[in-house]
Amino acid sequence: MRFGFRLEESARKRGVDFVHEAPTFDSRLQHIMPQVASTGAAVAVADFDRDGWQDFYVTNSGEGSLNRLYRNQGDGTFKDVAASVGLADVNRRETGVSMGAVWGDYDNDGWEDLLLYRYGKPELFHNDGGRRFVPAGIGLPQWVNANAATWLDYDRDGRLDLFLAGYWPDGVDLWKLETTKIMPESFEYANNGGRKYLLHNRGNGIFEDVTSALGITSRRWTLAVTAADLFGTGYPDLFLSNDYGVSELFANREGKRFEDVAAETGVGRAPKSGMNASLGDVFNDGRLSIYKTNISEPGVLVQGNDLWVPKSAGPGRSEFQNMATTMGVDLGGWSWGAQFGDLNNDGTQDIYLVNGYISAGERSSYWYDFAVIAVGHSSIIADAANWPAMKGRSLSGYQRKRVWLNDGAGSFTDVAQAVGASDTNDGRAVALADLRNSGALDVIVANQRGPLLIYENHVAPGRHWIQFELEGSASNRSAIGARVEVYWNSHVQAQEVTAATGFSAQNQRWLHYGLGDARTIDRVVVRWPSGKRETIENPQVDKRHHVKESDGR
Amino acid sequence: MAGEARMGAAPGRQGRVPEGYAGEALTTEQVPARRGRMLTIDNRFLPPILITSILLGANLSFGILEGWERTALSIVAAIGTELVLGRITYGKWPHPASAYISGISAGILIRSPFWWPYFFTSFISILSKYVLRLKGRHIWNPTNFGVSAMVLLAPATVTVLSIQWGNAVAPMAVIWLLGAVIVWRVGRAHISATYVIAFFAFSFVRSAVTGTPWLAAVAPITGPMYQLFIFFMITDPKTTVRSKGGQCVVVVIVAFVEMLMRLAEILYAPFYALFLVGSTAMVVEIIRDARKRC
Repeated sequence: MRFGFRLEESARKRGVDFVHEAPTFDSRLQHIMPQVASTGAAVAVADFDRDGWQDFYVTNSGEGSLNRLYRNQGDGTFKDVAASVGLADVNRRETGVSMGAVWGDYDNDGWEDLLLYRYGKPELFHNDGGRRFVPAGIGLPQWVNANAATWLDYDRDGRLDLFLAGYWPDGVDLWKLETTKIMPESFEYANNGGRKYLLHNRGNGIFEDVTSALGITSRRWTLAVTAADLFGTGYPDLFLSNDYGVSELFANREGKRFEDVAAETGVGRAPKSGMNASLGDVFNDGRLSIYKTNISEPGVLVQGNDLWVPKSAGPGRSEFQNMATTMGVDLGGWSWGAQFGDLNNDGTQDIYLVNGYISAGERSSYWYDFAVIAVGHSSIIADAANWPAMKGRSLSGYQRKRVWLNDGAGSFTDVAQAVGASDTNDGRAVALADLRNSGALDVIVANQRGPLLIYENHVAPGRHWIQFELEGSASNRSAIGARVEVYWNSHVQAQEVTAATGFSAQNQRWLHYGLGDARTIDRVVVRWPSGKRETIENPQVDKRHHVKESDGR
Repeated sequence: MAGEARMGAAPGRQGRVPEGYAGEALTTEQVPARRGRMLTIDNRFLPPILITSILLGANLSFGILEGWERTALSIVAAIGTELVLGRITYGKWPHPASAYISGISAGILIRSPFWWPYFFTSFISILSKYVLRLKGRHIWNPTNFGVSAMVLLAPATVTVLSIQWGNAVAPMAVIWLLGAVIVWRVGRAHISATYVIAFFAFSFVRSAVTGTPWLAAVAPITGPMYQLFIFFMITDPKTTVRSKGGQCVVVVIVAFVEMLMRLAEILYAPFYALFLVGSTAMVVEIIRDARKRC
């Protein structure tokens, strides 16, 4: 294995035969239906039944289509149990259709609950002992055309709060349009998208809308969100990757308000077509960088993806520098979801990226018409009736994926074809999880109007690793927001437990660290959302450690 | 001010390059005979002021630039190349106004995550003025040449500005109005106006042929790329034919060729059309002039 690992697609072999279906909206959008119905293939990983094996939930989007909850049977196969636990039949014209889901233990009972977000009614499902899921949650909005949501404990009260990001405006019913003037008012300066919801968890399943009270008034077209402590304050900040505009970075001011610092920190200066928000420590120096994907189409539009690296470490406001081009992770086609993870266990975090917008006619492209309408004034671009018909043409379709290996010295190399990531589906969500408890990160890819793929990861022998499964006590039980720094061989790699990351995706909550040939590590420092810090000296490698807040190990 | 305006308009009627107009090709030989009086603006500085205002306004309002550095690189590369080549070729330092416009145009028009295209576009734009000459005249608008060459040769990494700067009508109207006033003042308004009329006329044809909504067909001209194209490229006095009627005919042909290219779904049709038609017109005029002299 030249690069220290190889990927083997094995979904069907493992019992996973899911194919995503797209919705069908108002007939007045028929001419551009593939564009307006271009999302909804999502994947979220969690051990919902607490059997020690990672399961995953995948969303479908066709009216009447069924979502799947694949239970990991521990023998290398998966079984869809969505119908039996009450999570399958959730895509209806009346309620809207799924755009994604995110796991989080909102009531701290030890069982991962599920928030389903739709172009429609968001719904919270309470996990009843891993046996069934029942609708729960009071105070959730009635209708949000959302493409992103995440759990975070913004005020560090030990309960997970919810952030829900609208894409289309809330008042738009895509199945029954009152007007065709629903499109973005600009290709890169649109501010007429969906509103955001920051919902404070008051306990007992009651959520309170505190969005505007805490200073979040965005109406941008958000496609991805992630929450993490990006300024070393101990409080989770919010990064919004927005389509048709600049990114937003809401700095958390001690849980009392949020302030958009995107422009002054650099991440929100250049408007692009943001579609992903993931976090990685690319230099092994404890700094979390933000990876945001955009559009790159040779000869037409080369936005380039962004890798926002903090200029300084430690507490206090930091500026970010876009190092995507310098490090070779800028050109990824029409990029969607991307995740950081050490795929070959060499001790550095790599990037797995999926791409491809609409794969239709192989020899016909919609790009010319798309570029023509994209430059139009708001009075033109904002009206779907003005958009040229797609007529079965592709738009950045059939693209090859990227698996960028990090050399740890500031450079990434694409090895996708060499290691076996050879599909050309229209990728949307990608999630990383150790599905076989093998000490390697497997890859789950959700494709729009395409099959769900599982790339089993076979890592070369002799490469060590360590994993941490965190459980909060004073902190939220899912430990979302906990930061773990692993020190070894003069390296320090930081990771943070997140809910949503990437695009419409959620990785396993277990934190995975490749260690290369290191058989020992110096120490591990855990900073819990509660503020408590714990140090673990010389933990055993090649093992998953369950770390519970307060008891040290 | 009135005198300055007449100074710009009169030569245009006579079919001569307006005195003092910077365009993209002003050389030291064209330094205005009359230095500006107090409280007047030398025509030579109008286009640079306009394009700088566009850039500043757009960036301060909408943040169109990922950073000033790349645009600065384009400007420095253009001026540096101009100074070096001018000194080598003519033995004296050329006025930098023309190179400034080329540099800033390249900095705005070129879009790339890399740095080198910003340098290289400016470099080959200016280089084309000195190398690609016929009977002592250059035949391509420098920025048109540079941008066309870059998107043709490096499509994987270079594209051209193709988005709106914001959504408000007012800033767009101000730019169009200001641009119109300046091209009128320097006697080139007929070129811009003719092109715009031709573009709209041909957009009806495109819409009818392709079946796309007419508003989609005219959408490109509402963008900033066309503002630069209409005010700075097609009006360049050094790369347009001399007669006023000829200038109008040429831009109608440019718009016609652009229409054909757009029907073939060639995205950068205006640049390529000007590249082909403008240079052909120049070559024809230069050859006719040579024959007359014989």
